[in-house]
Amino acid sequence: MEVGFLLGSLLKIALLLGYLYGLLWVMGHPKLWVKALGVLAAFAIIQVALTDFNGFKLLNAFDQGLLFQAATMTMVALGLNLIYGFNGQFSLGQWGFYGIGAYCAADITYRWVNGDARGFLVVGIGIILAGLAIWGIGAFLKRYRGIPVLSSFTFYILGVVAAGFLAVKLGALLNPLIAPLLGTPANPGPLASGLALQVVFFFAVIFAGAFTAEISFLFGLPVLSLGSDYFGIATLGFAIVINTLMVNSDTILPFPEMKGGRGMIGIPKLTNWFWAFFFLLVVIILMRNLIHSSTGRAIMSVREDETASRAMGINVAENKLLTFVVGCFFAGIGGAVYAHYIGFLSPGTFDFLVGFNPLIIVVFGGLGSMTGTIAASFGWVFFLEGLLRVLLSQMGTEAPTWRYVLYPITLLLLILIRPQGLLGNVEWGFLKSVKVASRQKEAGTPPPGDAPQSIQEGA
Amino acid sequence: MMENILQTSPILQLQGVTKFFGGLCAVKSFDLKLNKGDLAGLIGPNGAGKTTAFNLITGLYQPTKGEIHFNGEQISGMDPHEITRMGIARTFQNIRLFPNLTVLDNVRIAYHAHIDYSMADSIFRSPRFSRGEKELTEKAQDFLSIFQLEGIQDELAKNLPYGEQRRVEIARALACDPKLLLLDEPAAGMNPREIINLMELIGFIRERFNLTILLIEHQMRVVMGICEHITVMDFGEVIARGNPNEIQNNPQVVEAYLGKGAANAA
Repeated sequence: MEVGFLLGSLLKIALLLGYLYGLLWVMGHPKLWVKALGVLAAFAIIQVALTDFNGFKLLNAFDQGLLFQAATMTMVALGLNLIYGFNGQFSLGQWGFYGIGAYCAADITYRWVNGDARGFLVVGIGIILAGLAIWGIGAFLKRYRGIPVLSSFTFYILGVVAAGFLAVKLGALLNPLIAPLLGTPANPGPLASGLALQVVFFFAVIFAGAFTAEISFLFGLPVLSLGSDYFGIATLGFAIVINTLMVNSDTILPFPEMKGGRGMIGIPKLTNWFWAFFFLLVVIILMRNLIHSSTGRAIMSVREDETASRAMGINVAENKLLTFVVGCFFAGIGGAVYAHYIGFLSPGTFDFLVGFNPLIIVVFGGLGSMTGTIAASFGWVFFLEGLLRVLLSQMGTEAPTWRYVLYPITLLLLILIRPQGLLGNVEWGFLKSVKVASRQKEAGTPPPGDAPQSIQEGA
Repeated sequence: MMENILQTSPILQLQGVTKFFGGLCAVKSFDLKLNKGDLAGLIGPNGAGKTTAFNLITGLYQPTKGEIHFNGEQISGMDPHEITRMGIARTFQNIRLFPNLTVLDNVRIAYHAHIDYSMADSIFRSPRFSRGEKELTEKAQDFLSIFQLEGIQDELAKNLPYGEQRRVEIARALACDPKLLLLDEPAAGMNPREIINLMELIGFIRERFNLTILLIEHQMRVVMGICEHITVMDFGEVIARGNPNEIQNNPQVVEAYLGKGAANAA
């Protein structure tokens, strides 16, 4: 039984990695129709595996849970890899941003299905107004030289607070127009069911991502000017602050529906495989296109040598902030998708200790390797939760705790044997950088350093 | 000679630039004037403040006192990336390539300030992105060809031998499209053969790219061989200026390098 389970689990992990390889390979195919068909097929394979055929399911409910957990973990970890692996900023706050995204999206849809459109309206209007405020203030501040970062931070925070205030007022004003169409949980109105609800869910995820991104902008602006180690400590502090706010969301924050430390229940379970797959692809494509562009090269150059990238004309502060915001945007998206799969949010899930998991995944998969992060996220979830926990629980009720002994040892061994991570800088298919054909040496042009006559020619 | 300098407007002008680190005065009322097309040298014993002067010009340090003008515009107080975008590029004393990026990417980064596609273009892979990326890749490859580096474009910078790293660094600085190039000890750690190549290379790029060059160097062969003007610093102060001949026979310079007794003996 145990041997069979072990082999079965390992086979599952191998199949999953093969699946990811195939997906990335087909996404990188030069022909568009192959690409589209392949992605569709990749979606369909899992969809079929999740479908119930007269009580038979290829992937049982437990595996399904792992799959969605892995998909959201991939988004969070990719965001962190962008910040830490590609940009070199050691962030421990990713989990806090993940939590912000989860709670934000959950609040929007929870209120929506309970006949209150304010969550959707306030966040939607708020992120647009705050975005405009940030953009406007940024353009304004660009005209003046040498403004200390804390002064510009003050401007931004005032702008965002004003935008938020306005959004709350507007949301309350517009709510009566939409609320009658939402109905009650028992008797949902036309806007709170079917396709309309799916559309709202889509926007809730995007809004949650944008909301997280704006928070990360405000947080990152002053904090990113610290050195990397101090930045790590500050982000850790941020994660703790967020967790504390979650625990007290019903007392010190005006969100009784979040129920503080007891956990938020009744979040509509809107995440299906389509949405998880869709947002996973969005994150992967966004990040890959960003990395393989001039911006991506600038991001990596900051990791390699800040002084040199300054001397290359790169605005290092702006570059770090951009990376941080995009990475946190991914975390927010991941959180939103997670919240609507699990249907229940507890502050314990967003404890900062659990927040080390994405960091471990990123290091495990290889810093600066997208493939490594994706493979490690899936492998990690299925190995740790899927295999070890089940396997160990058969040995005794307390035995599963041993997995927190076993996996640090695994990690330690990996760091010793392969410090560059499991996959190093190997990228699969779609994620490979585009090779530029190297030029052949043109015959007849003498090297400038080696042959003096070329100088005469040049002169 | 002096009148000539006064008549043309200088490309780079430092006036009374002073830099304190706490109580330590690293550079003391430093004046420097470079005309377009000059190839000037900055020499002095270790710790004389030469690299600090470079860092002041490129904006890595802000001067405590004094002004720096480039092409008639004041650049002291600007951020390093703005100064680079205005047309000052540099290399570093201890080579600062991006070690884990390929040679081609090292050079392509220099175009980041001048790319004509936006981030949205790169995310949606618009035609503008493909065009822009192709253009800058070709430009970068042109530079690699000039420096005979086209065969190693996919090598990681950290895997290159020392001499090639120096060449990549110069190629990268030139890709920033500078008007003024600052070279910080370009010949450090090179053997005599490589030094001769380097001297030819410097002369070549100066003609080809129409550059003004200021270099720091300890190898007297290089400085005396190619520089037209030399400024000598010691303890943060300028102790001599002139052409190579004048400098070689200046007792103060000999003293700074070899000590007091040597100056008397000479």
